[in-house]
Amino acid sequence: MSAISPPTQRVWWKQPLDRVEGMWIVIAFVWCLVMFFMMPYWHVFGKQNLANEAYRTTPEAFTAKTQAMVDKYTVRVETDQKIPVVRPPAGSDVYLIARLWAWWPMLELEEGKTYRLHLASLDYLHGFSLQPENINIQVHPNYDHVVTLTPTRAGTYGIVCNEYCGINHATMVSRLYVVKSK
Amino acid sequence: MAVNRNFRVCPSTGLSYHEPAEKLMRWNAVAAVVSLLVGGVLAVLIVLTRWQAVHLLPPDWFYLLLTAHGLDMLVFWIIFFEIAVLYFCASTLLRCRLAAPNWAWAGFWLMIVGALVNNVAVFRGDSSVMFTSYVPMGAHPAFYLGLILFAVGALIACFVFLGTLAVAKSEKTYHGSVPLVTFGAITAAIIAIFTIASGAIILIPTFLWSVGLIGHIDSLMYRTVWWAFGHSSQQINVAAHVSVWYAIAAIVFGAKPMSEKVSRTAFLLYILFLQLASAHHLLADPGLTSHWKIFNTSYAMYLAVLASMVHGLTVPGAIEVAQRQKGYNKGLFEWLRKAPWGNPSFSAMFISLIGFGFLGGISGVMMGTEQLNLIIHNTIYVPGHFHATVVIGTTLAFMGLTYFLIPTLFRRELMFPGMAKWQPYVFGLGMAGFSLFMMGAGTLGVPRRHWDITFAGNPLAYDGWAGGTAWLMIAAMAICGLLATVGGAMYLLITVGSVFLGKRIATPDFAYVKARDGVAPTMKPVEVAFEAHGSNIGTAGFVAPGTFVLALVFLLSFVLYYFVNWKYLSTVWPLS
Amino acid sequence: MDTASTDSTPANEVPDEPIPAMQQLLDNPFLLLFLGIAMPTVLYIVWGVMEIVGIPIAK
Repeated sequence: MSAISPPTQRVWWKQPLDRVEGMWIVIAFVWCLVMFFMMPYWHVFGKQNLANEAYRTTPEAFTAKTQAMVDKYTVRVETDQKIPVVRPPAGSDVYLIARLWAWWPMLELEEGKTYRLHLASLDYLHGFSLQPENINIQVHPNYDHVVTLTPTRAGTYGIVCNEYCGINHATMVSRLYVVKSK
Repeated sequence: MAVNRNFRVCPSTGLSYHEPAEKLMRWNAVAAVVSLLVGGVLAVLIVLTRWQAVHLLPPDWFYLLLTAHGLDMLVFWIIFFEIAVLYFCASTLLRCRLAAPNWAWAGFWLMIVGALVNNVAVFRGDSSVMFTSYVPMGAHPAFYLGLILFAVGALIACFVFLGTLAVAKSEKTYHGSVPLVTFGAITAAIIAIFTIASGAIILIPTFLWSVGLIGHIDSLMYRTVWWAFGHSSQQINVAAHVSVWYAIAAIVFGAKPMSEKVSRTAFLLYILFLQLASAHHLLADPGLTSHWKIFNTSYAMYLAVLASMVHGLTVPGAIEVAQRQKGYNKGLFEWLRKAPWGNPSFSAMFISLIGFGFLGGISGVMMGTEQLNLIIHNTIYVPGHFHATVVIGTTLAFMGLTYFLIPTLFRRELMFPGMAKWQPYVFGLGMAGFSLFMMGAGTLGVPRRHWDITFAGNPLAYDGWAGGTAWLMIAAMAICGLLATVGGAMYLLITVGSVFLGKRIATPDFAYVKARDGVAPTMKPVEVAFEAHGSNIGTAGFVAPGTFVLALVFLLSFVLYYFVNWKYLSTVWPLS
Repeated sequence: MDTASTDSTPANEVPDEPIPAMQQLLDNPFLLLFLGIAMPTVLYIVWGVMEIVGIPIAK
């Protein structure tokens, strides 16, 4: 008998477990439980979790909210395309639009302060990839994904699109500034 | 025993082949290898483009070829080969006639037409939407239509497989339960049917949307249902290549499963839980709750991971027991040292097992953890992971099986046996390096499916990768990838050469009779008697102590790597 | 010549020992097929789609 022939015993279910297999099953199962409970554990005691906060929206509604924030809090513009750099107050709702093939506007946040970052796309799927911090979040059209985040280190960060979004996908990149709070 | 006109018995393996089934297996295997050839050529061009120092292709070609590579490899190569494996496990292993060969041929030609239509759509240039074809980015309707036709063909093949099981049972071609390898194939077929059904649920509306009959498809709904197709299709591979591991262990060593109960229960856990892992792809998406994410991403408390860890022990365990019974009973690892490392079926299977476990398995569980996914989602880590599972795991296992099938199924002697000896090592090591360096670059944030990580010409370019460690990782990845394609080319040369030009092996008593001239009566089962393993092998009451030590090494690597990543996550900006 | 049905029970077996329920389940591919489709359909697809449908509209 081998694995390519039928079992020779008519009733094989009652064959006793070999010691090697028995011990390994117990060890592996314990490890599986540890891995499973790490996730709820991190929700309670860890600091890096994605909230379940999301809303249905439309490109028009999301653009309007973003525009309102830009009108209120723009501190300067950058590059030839005059992308506004927005410095919203700590704790506020911050909007970031993903579209073909740019992020809009640029954000300037304060170190150690918490913001409610709203992410949405106006067209295809995009990927929010904050580098070198390496936070990666999927961005959908018609969904407003709210992520509460707290930048911990001042500096200039890159926001790369890491969901393929067409021919100029590799040019879709922007910046996020984190400044020391005064 | 009467010589059955529709069956031939392979003189070297004792396997009996039903003529219509044999022909279907051969054609499916050939279609698979052709897909692998196309996908392999594309792989070279893609690797040479991502290698920033070479940067061969313009972006439109890069994305086009990447789309075609994904489909030809992940879908067409693997599923064609799996259909051949299903027919082998049902018809050949159960010594049973194939149910409804005409339907099987209809399925085969639908798959061929589907694959061609899909490839034509991609190469026309207006369907560079990647394997995943996320809406609202649209492809040409023929793109979806090709996939749908292919899926229908594969579904027919799955039902021919199940029908053959029913025929074998009613015609009593075997006693009691089906062989373990056939049970693994049943697992693969069940997952395949769920996969195809999910594909239909999402791809048919998407096709209708692409021709203008449906106005809107929700992107989140698409991703959720599409991944029940996209990820489950790779779970078919897991079930299939685990079966192939058991089969090769049985063929090369005459190894018997350590326990039918344990191995089959592990397959049952696959049937119940493996497909839930489609949620791995949605951990960074809005709107799905953590309850859904944690339950599904963990295959309901990692029960399918438990199953894989069990298979990972019982396959080498069965080999160890068989080797010790042959007298290689010294110390912990004599059985492994004295294994036939020059037999490409064995070396391919063993590298597949190790690579799948250490590289693919550990990385997959890590990135399938709800929170840890944040630091790798959509980075090049992801293709690093699945090249370890699908290429080292599945493809290499299938390559190993091919070396067994060429003499017995195609009745040809293997050409270039010296090259075949080296092929699994070249391919396996190249691919292992490729996966590892991809994962390394992904840990540094390098995105997947990205034409230019220097963002040349963009004033806002992120400059963290160009010229740095990530840069070196990508270069090393490309070099290893090229090495792997050399291994792939060796496989193709050996396979195609043997099948078309290899020396014929004549089967005594074989007369070709058309299927419609007679349906087979039942075959007598051949009992191959193996001694139950004695109590005098192994050490300290363990029959397979060497395997147990290897398993503990695996567990230690797993635990360390898992918690290293939690440590890394804890340094990231707080999010809630 | 069809002799398979007459000698289908090898001599070393006890034919009246009942097959355990779990073995019967594992020997039934169609029951397994049902389970393998029902589990992910309910736990993954139906549950997931219900959550997506229930996402509130932004104010």
